[in-house]
Amino acid sequence: MVLWCLIPPAVWLGLFAFLPLGIIIVISLTERGSPLMWQFTLSSYVRLADPLLLTIVARSLWMACATTALCLVIGYPLAYFIVQQRAPVRTWLYFLTLLPLWANSLVLTYAWMVLLRVDGMADQGARLVGWLGTHESLNWLYTPGAVIVSMVYWYLPFMAYPIYGSLEKFDWRLFEAAQDLGATRVAAFFKVLLPLTWPGVLAGSLLVFIPAVGNFVVPQFLGGAKAALIGNVIQERFLSQPQDWPLGSALALVVMLVISLAIWAYFKFARAGDAVG
Amino acid sequence: MVRPLQTQMTHVRRGVLDGFIAPLLVLNALLAYSFLYLPIAVLVLFSFSASRYASIWGGFSLEWYAKLFHNPDIAQALLNSLLIAAATTLIATVLGTLAAVGLERLPDRRRASHYDAALTLPILMPDIVQGIALLLFFVLVFNALEYVLDWRPTLGRTTVIMAHAAFAISYVAVVVRARLSGMDKRLEEAAMDLGANEWQVFQRITLPLIWPGVLSGGLLAFTLSLDEFVITFFTSGPGATTLPIQVWSMVKRGVTPEINALSTLMLLASIALVTLSVVLQRRR
Repeated sequence: MVLWCLIPPAVWLGLFAFLPLGIIIVISLTERGSPLMWQFTLSSYVRLADPLLLTIVARSLWMACATTALCLVIGYPLAYFIVQQRAPVRTWLYFLTLLPLWANSLVLTYAWMVLLRVDGMADQGARLVGWLGTHESLNWLYTPGAVIVSMVYWYLPFMAYPIYGSLEKFDWRLFEAAQDLGATRVAAFFKVLLPLTWPGVLAGSLLVFIPAVGNFVVPQFLGGAKAALIGNVIQERFLSQPQDWPLGSALALVVMLVISLAIWAYFKFARAGDAVG
Repeated sequence: MVRPLQTQMTHVRRGVLDGFIAPLLVLNALLAYSFLYLPIAVLVLFSFSASRYASIWGGFSLEWYAKLFHNPDIAQALLNSLLIAAATTLIATVLGTLAAVGLERLPDRRRASHYDAALTLPILMPDIVQGIALLLFFVLVFNALEYVLDWRPTLGRTTVIMAHAAFAISYVAVVVRARLSGMDKRLEEAAMDLGANEWQVFQRITLPLIWPGVLSGGLLAFTLSLDEFVITFFTSGPGATTLPIQVWSMVKRGVTPEINALSTLMLLASIALVTLSVVLQRRR
């Protein structure tokens, strides 16, 4: 009975998740062809060392880090604020925070395109308050800033969700105990509240960082040439001319490596957090 | 300093808020909610504008919705999206529930934790990696089929369903397992003691008890499939355009209020699905 339950899902996942992942590894080791050539070589990894590609990899990393940091800076106080509210308001605010999770991500990105484009709402607003003259534009669209803002927008609920969860479980009497024992409010925050809600912070950071590294929708819509990310390059190597499937596969493995490192760091620091708590 | 516990709790909750931090927290919350909802509000607002420009107000009009309803591409994309989501839901709900039930009963804990880790992979793997991995997989399988059978299938709804089910199974399993872990095991044991076989226990006891979890898992699979873009992008051929792919190709051609109208309808559908799932979860 147990086997009858476990085998069918395992077969499906094996065929459509694990086998394809293995195929990426194999293809990354083949010669560049049109689009496939069964000759094994390490040349795609040599091509990875192209300075232009390395710049893009570095940019993807810092943009994912910046997105994670901004989500944390906005998301933690937001979750903190929600937890402080009384019951019906709290449930509603929580629901409002998570609702954008369910909106289609393309739609969310498109909304920013409408806002930021030349003569869009952002420009009109800036003209209204007098920041800009009648025919000036902020020119925010197609900049790295636009990409980060839109990714923060996209991933903020992912950050707020686990932090809210850990704040809700927090026993607020500990906070008061720390203050009774002479800690200032700031010290109590850093010595009691933050360490005990650390698992939520780490989980939120992981939930933001992982998809942000490989995001290619946002840079495609809002980034332009100067803010292309690793996801764009992978997509182009697969679907646009000139195709280079081995290089695209190698880049995908770079993404997997970065993510594995992030997950490893998560487990390492989550345990460290436990030790403090 | 001794107070009844209740007042103590409320005192602490409010006590943390006062001081100079309180106004900053309120300000942050205000900014965060405007940040989250302003773009959506603008998007929806301009779907009702008579102007051809997606950011200039030209008076109230429903013409973009009318245009949308007369666009055969949209109707086809909607049909594709619904068919794919329905098939994905069916496959993922059955297989995900099986995985959850099997894992709960696997006596070997070590093996269970390996299976569990494998089940997490599709959730953690970035969509772009899953997308190209599946594209490569399908191309290789098609090459092999052409070589052996002289018949070459094409990318389409079937390949998208296979790809969507591969990640949706994991999400369903997570939701159903949460439900299973809250279930009283003694009910199953009692049924066994009374002579029911394993299948009868599953059908008469386990399944009815975990049914709300199965339903909300299925709803999650449906929503994820409807919203999925990146994996669909790589595994759908030209014949299996879904709504998100349709939005993508419309945006590539330029920003129009018609996209605003389509986006508004998709937002409404998402909100309806979330509300339904919240209602389902509230029901015990």
